[in-house]
Amino acid sequence: MNMIGEEMQPGLSKGAIRIEDVVKIYDPDGAAVMAVDHCSIDIPAGEICMIVGPSGCGKTTLLNAIAGFHGVTSGHIYLDNELLCSPEKPQAEPGSDRIVVFQNGALFPWKTNIDNIAFGPLMAGKLGKKEIYEKARSMMADAGLSGTENSYPGEVSSGLRRRVEIVRALMNDPKVLLFDEPYRALDSLTKSVMHEALLDIYYKNKVTIFFITHDLEEAIFLGHRLIIMTSRPCKPKKIVDVDIPHPRDYSVLTSPRFREIMNEAKGVVNEEAKKAFDAGEREG
Amino acid sequence: MKKPRKRSMLANERDNGMNIRKFRDGLFSKSTLRGISAIIIFGIIWELGARSEELFGYRWPFLGLVPAPSAVFVSWGGLIGDPSYWQSWYMSFLRVFAGFMAAVVIGIPLGLFMAVNKTFYGMAFPSFEVLRPIPPLAWVPASIIFWPTQELSIAFVTFLGAFYTIVINVLGGARSINKQFLQAAQSMGASQWDIFKRIILPATLPSIVVGAAVGMGITWEVVVAAEMISGGGSSGGGAGGGLGFFIWSSYVGGSYEQIIVGMISIGIAGYMSSELLRQTGGLLTPWLKTR
Repeated sequence: MNMIGEEMQPGLSKGAIRIEDVVKIYDPDGAAVMAVDHCSIDIPAGEICMIVGPSGCGKTTLLNAIAGFHGVTSGHIYLDNELLCSPEKPQAEPGSDRIVVFQNGALFPWKTNIDNIAFGPLMAGKLGKKEIYEKARSMMADAGLSGTENSYPGEVSSGLRRRVEIVRALMNDPKVLLFDEPYRALDSLTKSVMHEALLDIYYKNKVTIFFITHDLEEAIFLGHRLIIMTSRPCKPKKIVDVDIPHPRDYSVLTSPRFREIMNEAKGVVNEEAKKAFDAGEREG
Repeated sequence: MKKPRKRSMLANERDNGMNIRKFRDGLFSKSTLRGISAIIIFGIIWELGARSEELFGYRWPFLGLVPAPSAVFVSWGGLIGDPSYWQSWYMSFLRVFAGFMAAVVIGIPLGLFMAVNKTFYGMAFPSFEVLRPIPPLAWVPASIIFWPTQELSIAFVTFLGAFYTIVINVLGGARSINKQFLQAAQSMGASQWDIFKRIILPATLPSIVVGAAVGMGITWEVVVAAEMISGGGSSGGGAGGGLGFFIWSSYVGGSYEQIIVGMISIGIAGYMSSELLRQTGGLLTPWLKTR
């Protein structure tokens, strides 16, 4: 039953991300703020890779570069050996192979949940409308969203909204899901439910997950690997393998191994958080 | 080994909403009651004030000079059967409708286009901002010169009343769209046209509705003033009249009760227009009802 773990993942061949020596400088001619500093990360297909770092360290910059929302100053990003962006073509083309689940959620409030979920495939135009809605309905049922199809996002709880958004992302058959601290605003009880639900969805739909967070417990619970980033400008500081086998549920939180990994990571994260805090103090 | 996953916690999150609506309905009927009683109390005070000289021996300030509501109602009763009174309603409505619709039809695309096209925005916005502070009524003389009939000049001034408000609201709404909506749509393969039609337009709809509602109010203010100034438009080939002209001619003819009838008529007409707009707006933006 041990189906995940990098070497135990033979089925998945799509969705490997390679970030090579990426630099991002905002406003290079003026203030020249370096957000990402010679950052290289290799993410094998199907991995849940947790990018951990203090708020404002430049993690989201990296995510936006992969998604194609803005360009890089130098370096290369590949998806399955296909070049997404490089100094010659600094901004990747946004595409349905890389879908972002945003920090504050970006469900369209004027569309019902099911219309939100059907949006991507409707735009792609590969399937008929009827098939799309059938698929949407069954995926919603799988994610425990039955009965909320015709509600507007504003009518359901924030936890359910996040799930609708993940289902909307998955409907595009993406290779990579990019999570930008999606559970930041949730209370810790809802958060734990969302974590289990996300893993549940992940076990059913294998994709690569690039997940930004500053919550260490969340990172260890979900991830195969943590990449702990330095404070701004950001680059990997330490990589921690989470060798707790999947599938996981919330009992792993109290396991000794979880605590060990937590202790190993915590020192590094705190050090960076303190640096970020001090830097913030100086800026202010 | 896979352990059973808990799902039941989330089932409870689904049933909400209905109770809130019921509660709101109850509140609404109560507030209606409050509104009606306030109007009645106001009517009583007004009646007392208008008759203060005969009742108390001295005239109340302001209210003592106004015809009593009872007299107004008597006068109104006489007008109900008068077709020329209803003609005034009809003419004002027609002008408001024509001016307002023109403002909607021209203003919404203009605002949207300014929001999505930087070049056009750079070209149009400065002139727009220079023209916007000019009160519609300042346009009356110019529009009488521009337009062949007085009817058209009234409609034009009415149009201006709603136009600027609609454009500025549409522009503001479209420019403040959450960028992530656009990014999400782009990632999911939406074309430029899809993004405009399925994201920008619906995201701007609430601002369009607000702009239209405010614009409608201004339209009524403007049409009445324009009718008074132009003398009802009958000389220029229009059918004349209108509620503004009705008030003015009542004043000239010394029928003070009818002035009040005209004023209340405009109040009712304006309220009806706003309510119609609110209902339409509610139908257009059903997702906002749940907030």
